[in-house]
Amino acid sequence: MDAGEAPERALFLSGIESMAEQSSATVVSMTGIRKSFPGVQALKGVSFSVKAGEVHGLVGENGAGKSTLIKILMGAYSKDDGTIAIEGKEVEIHNPLQAKSQGMAAVYQDVMLARHLSTGENFFLGKLPRTPLGLVDWKKIHQVTRETLKDLDLSIDPRMLVRHLPPAQQEMVTIAKAVYEKSKVIVFDEPTALLTNEQVTGLFALIKKLKKKNVGVIYISHRLEEIFAICDRVTILKDGEWVDTLEVSQTDQDTIITKMVGRSIGEMYSIHHPKRGEKVLEARGLTREPRFRSVDFDLYQGEILGFFGLVGSGRTDILRCIFGADRAESGEIRIRGLRAPINSPQRGIRAGIGLLPENRQTSGLGMSLAVDININLASYDLISRGGFVNLGEEASRARRFVSDLIIRTPSIKQKVRNLSGGNQQKVVVAKWLSRNSDIFIFDEPTVGVDVGAKMEIYKLIQTLLAKGKAIILVSSYLPEVMGLADRIIVVYEGNVTGTVLRSEFEEEKILRLASGIVNRANGQKL
Amino acid sequence: MKFFRTGFAEGILILILLAFFVIFSFTSPSFLTVNNLYNLVRQVAIIGVVSIGMTIVIISAGIDLSVGSIVGFSNILVAMLMTHGVPIIPSILITFAAGLVLGVINGVLIHDGRVPPFIATLGMMTAVRGLLMLISGARMVAGLPRPFLNFAQINILWMPSLFFVWLVVIALSVVMTTVTRFGRNVFALGSNPEAARLSGINIRATLYGVYAFSALTSSIAGILYTSRLANGIPTAGEGYELDAIAAAVVGGASLMGGEGTILGTVLGALIIATLRNGGDLLGINPFILQIAIGVLIVAAVLIDQLTKRKNA
Repeated sequence: MDAGEAPERALFLSGIESMAEQSSATVVSMTGIRKSFPGVQALKGVSFSVKAGEVHGLVGENGAGKSTLIKILMGAYSKDDGTIAIEGKEVEIHNPLQAKSQGMAAVYQDVMLARHLSTGENFFLGKLPRTPLGLVDWKKIHQVTRETLKDLDLSIDPRMLVRHLPPAQQEMVTIAKAVYEKSKVIVFDEPTALLTNEQVTGLFALIKKLKKKNVGVIYISHRLEEIFAICDRVTILKDGEWVDTLEVSQTDQDTIITKMVGRSIGEMYSIHHPKRGEKVLEARGLTREPRFRSVDFDLYQGEILGFFGLVGSGRTDILRCIFGADRAESGEIRIRGLRAPINSPQRGIRAGIGLLPENRQTSGLGMSLAVDININLASYDLISRGGFVNLGEEASRARRFVSDLIIRTPSIKQKVRNLSGGNQQKVVVAKWLSRNSDIFIFDEPTVGVDVGAKMEIYKLIQTLLAKGKAIILVSSYLPEVMGLADRIIVVYEGNVTGTVLRSEFEEEKILRLASGIVNRANGQKL
Repeated sequence: MKFFRTGFAEGILILILLAFFVIFSFTSPSFLTVNNLYNLVRQVAIIGVVSIGMTIVIISAGIDLSVGSIVGFSNILVAMLMTHGVPIIPSILITFAAGLVLGVINGVLIHDGRVPPFIATLGMMTAVRGLLMLISGARMVAGLPRPFLNFAQINILWMPSLFFVWLVVIALSVVMTTVTRFGRNVFALGSNPEAARLSGINIRATLYGVYAFSALTSSIAGILYTSRLANGIPTAGEGYELDAIAAAVVGGASLMGGEGTILGTVLGALIIATLRNGGDLLGINPFILQIAIGVLIVAAVLIDQLTKRKNA
């Protein structure tokens, strides 16, 4: 795609908009932005603009250049070439402070607030108002903060310490602060990653208020459903190039995905389900109050068993107990018919279970360690003798799985922190393959990874099935569980509310079970 | 090429060390003499042994402030045992055992008590120093057996015995960190304790092992110190914890854990010792030397940070 098309297209589209709507002045326009890092041309002349009162989605695979573009706007990187204009005036943004003074603000996944200070103090951070005596003017702080929050329909006490607020509210505080600072453009980078469905609704309501205040919103998300729910326009980037800018009302998910990756959505979940084999795991009456109670289920070789539930429903806790990361209070686990008292990860691992935790950076990998050590991390008892590691075996296992799973790394000695998210996920899978585990528990395997990497993870799951492994898939993303699982166990507030077979998959039905609307009797148990 | 890449940090340290050697050789006639070099390696050997233990602790994302006090305690204990008629070998073994016990107590506090390493070992540092003052009455312990004192003066394989002991500790530690399961576990623990636990690594055993090993190296250092100074000295080892941390940090170990090498620490200790020794010979004001060492420590980490940022 020729990058030169971008400004024309944007101009054309903004022409249409201005007829339709009156408040459509362009707040920010970035033109012909280029940026290269050693060895990579991250942006190859990308143009992008946001209008006042518009929510503009920005999509693309990891490495497409979304975050580089945003970091340039936020002053975190400086561009090599191109221009940035704010309200028609060309500006230079070389550091975050300049970006802020130009009215640019960003809300990131990990909230950037001083956690030990109050909400009000965070609003006025670095510029606390004073009384004539030189003391901090708390009255003013709390009053202004309360008004701003109220204006956005947020009921948060300005005196509350930020760390005492739930993550979703912390995010709201960050947004409110940006509003208070009269930001012209607010960037949302994967804002829903940590939020429950209900909180997402709250966030969207807030974004709609921002639109009314004529703030330009840039919305980055891997979840296309959200783009359709909240955005007016969407810009697609691929390999550092501008692909298209579309009116959301005039396009569909399939078009966008095809433009992002050159493959259509239908191929996403195309998994071949082999015939299910023997029973490998049996859980009966598993209880760990207050998280979950009397959980029964069976797992068979060659099947994908989905666990679906809202965040905090207890689904992750159940599987942590199966693996031994936490201890169940009561209940019984049988592996291939034999009782297995799993009370530690060591026991779980020896029973043939591998856990791929939700956050691979914090609980799956040693980021400062090399690929070969990470791959063998759970297998050193197998490849050591008398406490000495068999280095040849260590290297050959690492090489085998790097080539089996097509892990892109310059060498097995590369530190995992230098790999991409998708490749890091593969290293975690390799860790359990190296251990020769039979049961793979994937906890939210595709959170924060792009469409291309998602497909690779699905392919990986397919490979595991073909090897005769049993798979437990935990996800709060329903299309994914429905697309992949043979059966879905639905959890609500620590209770299993139903088991749904693939032939009976129905979005509404599963969502009702997950919200506790249907009682246990309606759920067919296997 | 590949060696150059993997051992890049160590390569730079070797260059810095060589640069110091060249500079001091030209500026001071007495620097590059057998006598002085023997003196240099004797000076560095004791703190060098302590630094090895500290490096393992730092790789595990911990810190051990009690090493200096354990050096002092071992010094007093081994001296008192011998002056009370316990033969040399049993005295040494009992001292090792005492050191190990202190190390395991550190491990228990940190693993089972969940006390942050900094606090646990700060308490241990203070308490052990108090203990050694108590048992020695804060007085020197003199009159040690001749063969024990001779040890620090003899050569083994043409090198000063203290240096030889350091080399043995280095060799064993290099093996431990690079080819043993324990070494892998220490790196895993330091890099990401949760990932290590979920990979089935025995965190308790690893932590106990790390702090026991550190205490053991401190005991070894304490015994070497006793032989070299010929007395039990209540202030022995004071400040060693900071020198050991400095050597490890200059050598590239990260206080965030998961990163560090024995070779780096050895070079770090040598660089600091060479700077001190050469500066002394040149008659440089020791306070200025102290400033220089302070700058060196920060510069090492600063350069590391800058290169990392550039690569990011």
